[in-house]
Amino acid sequence: MNELPSFDANLEQEFGLINPVMPYLRQDRIPHIWCPGCGIGTTVNCFARALTDSGMDLDKVAIVSGIGCTGRVAGYMNLDSFHTTHGRAIPFATGLKLANPGMKVVVYSGDGDLTAIGGNHFVHAARRNMDLMVVCVNNFTYGMTGGQVAPTTPVGPSQTTMPYGNFENPFNLPFLADACGAVYVARWTVYHVKQLAKALLEGLHKKGFVFIEAMSPCPTLYSRRNRLGDGVDQLKYYKEKSVIRNGADTKEVGIAYQGEIVVGKFVDRDRPTWLDSMNEHYGKVFGDRFTPYGVTDGQE
Amino acid sequence: MHADPKGVLTGIHFIDGDHAACEGALAAGCRFVAGYPITPSTEVVERFASRIPLVGGVFIQMEDEIASSIAILGGAWAGKKVMTVTSGPGLSLMMEHIGLAVITETPCVIVDVQRGGPSTGLPTLPAQADMMQVKWGSHGDYEIIALSPNSPQECFDLMIKAFNLAETYRVPVFFMMDEVVGHMTERVAIPAPEAIDIVDRKWTTKKPGEYQVYMPGEDQVPEMVKAGDGYRIHVTGLTHDERGYPAMNPVAQDKLVKRLIGKIRDHREEIVDVREDGVEGADIVVVSFGITSRVAQAAVEQARTRGVKVGHLRLVITWPFPVTRITQLAESAKAFVVPELNMGQMVLEVERAVAGRAAVISIGHAGGTVHEPITILNRIMEAAQ
Repeated sequence: MNELPSFDANLEQEFGLINPVMPYLRQDRIPHIWCPGCGIGTTVNCFARALTDSGMDLDKVAIVSGIGCTGRVAGYMNLDSFHTTHGRAIPFATGLKLANPGMKVVVYSGDGDLTAIGGNHFVHAARRNMDLMVVCVNNFTYGMTGGQVAPTTPVGPSQTTMPYGNFENPFNLPFLADACGAVYVARWTVYHVKQLAKALLEGLHKKGFVFIEAMSPCPTLYSRRNRLGDGVDQLKYYKEKSVIRNGADTKEVGIAYQGEIVVGKFVDRDRPTWLDSMNEHYGKVFGDRFTPYGVTDGQE
Repeated sequence: MHADPKGVLTGIHFIDGDHAACEGALAAGCRFVAGYPITPSTEVVERFASRIPLVGGVFIQMEDEIASSIAILGGAWAGKKVMTVTSGPGLSLMMEHIGLAVITETPCVIVDVQRGGPSTGLPTLPAQADMMQVKWGSHGDYEIIALSPNSPQECFDLMIKAFNLAETYRVPVFFMMDEVVGHMTERVAIPAPEAIDIVDRKWTTKKPGEYQVYMPGEDQVPEMVKAGDGYRIHVTGLTHDERGYPAMNPVAQDKLVKRLIGKIRDHREEIVDVREDGVEGADIVVVSFGITSRVAQAAVEQARTRGVKVGHLRLVITWPFPVTRITQLAESAKAFVVPELNMGQMVLEVERAVAGRAAVISIGHAGGTVHEPITILNRIMEAAQ
């Protein structure tokens, strides 16, 4: 994408040189802010491909982010996009979804945003089976603020606020999502672009609380501080230490420092969404007096 | 336009302020509420939860007030008229999203049924001590609108006004009740839908491609669209340009913040709403709002029987403050007496407007109950001497 100075319709027509994800990006906001070697852009590429393959009306897809490096994703996607406050993308998305159930609402944010400051919203949205797809780009650190310890940081590596190495136990995010009731839980790394794109595609079509963890390098802060090399070195780590285990027990997929990464689709089940439950329940309580909410034309 | 009949419970009711506020919101067209239980406000959302299934809309009890205060912003961008309801401790948690609502210009109504504080304070007893918090509580520079009803009837009537103002100016509007107004039961007359004037959202008529999400109109307020209509909008809490794109530089900051403040300050004279009783030519002007205005009225009437030329100015809209009117009255009045259920908040605004031309007497009260009329009467009599 960087080789192309700007979007040029002629180039596309004559040479087919346009990156297929370009129409999904706000061209007038490129270049993006992400560092060389960062994996967030790779996840965006996968997401754009998933959108292409989904065949969805993109006017009916909204993306909501919180704050942080991944929080900037909303600003680059050519969708209805909302860049909200730190940790609160999920409750904003909940309001958006409930007030216009015809929308497909995607929450796209980082590990610190979603699971530290936003942890309470995460567990409750999963419990309610709110119909949201939550994509968590996990780089084990707070990138935007300069490399502080996150709830996902494995025990061992140094962070600016754990200067002698992290001694806090991290979250196992797929286990958390599973335990709270998510209907779809998958983890891939940015090495696994095909699998990640496929998971995102499945997630877009899945009804209910979908959680997809995308592990991504932070070469500028996490890797450099811990002498783990650059972005490519982290991709090599993902390649060498990843084990695909679809259907794995999420209890068993925690990640140790530079240790084995279990990837795959761990959970895929069906449960009524919050709105489906509400409609069904009120249908029973009120009978014909109740008009099911949000199921007629997707607009009300 | 007129109210949607589905939400209007036309007739004569005997209900408390919390219930009346809920009916006001339904009549105003509110169809999405996110809330979290907190005394003494909970009855508002309880009634909404019970009424909304057959009106058509959604209530959700969120996991906390932080979530409630941003869920409604999502709801507004999806096209609904929205409200959340709380009291002091919950209001404190909502502060960040007041700022988000301001900078993203998201119309919403936030009900604060005030109780004694600080902190957990007096959950079941009244205060009017959040008046400065709603004005200044979120970080950064901004303006909001606040209304102060003094009866269940006004909880209904002014709630419609609150929604209309939120839509007109695309700003968070605070509905500043207190425990007594919330829990007192009185006659409430709900008119027919066609007698209720509703301001619709300022929807754009422009097409995608022509429309810019933060291009202000002549009134400094941009037109709005909702998610899902094909405009592919970007909305951010960062300082932004007319396209909604982050623009983090002093020029964009100056332009945006000045407009956010200007759209309220420049319309202050249209927004302010005071009810006056004998203030013209009065020696003493009592300035009050909310429940305190009812106690103050009793004191004013007693003072008049004792020959004092005393007027009563009630702030129906507390923010923006009616600076111009108070300044006019300060030309002739000898003293302003300001009772409020706090240790002196709105009195600071009175002092600012009076600017030393008359005495300003604060009658603070730490909350937990209302003033005794005699307390206010005594201060009026002192001021008159």
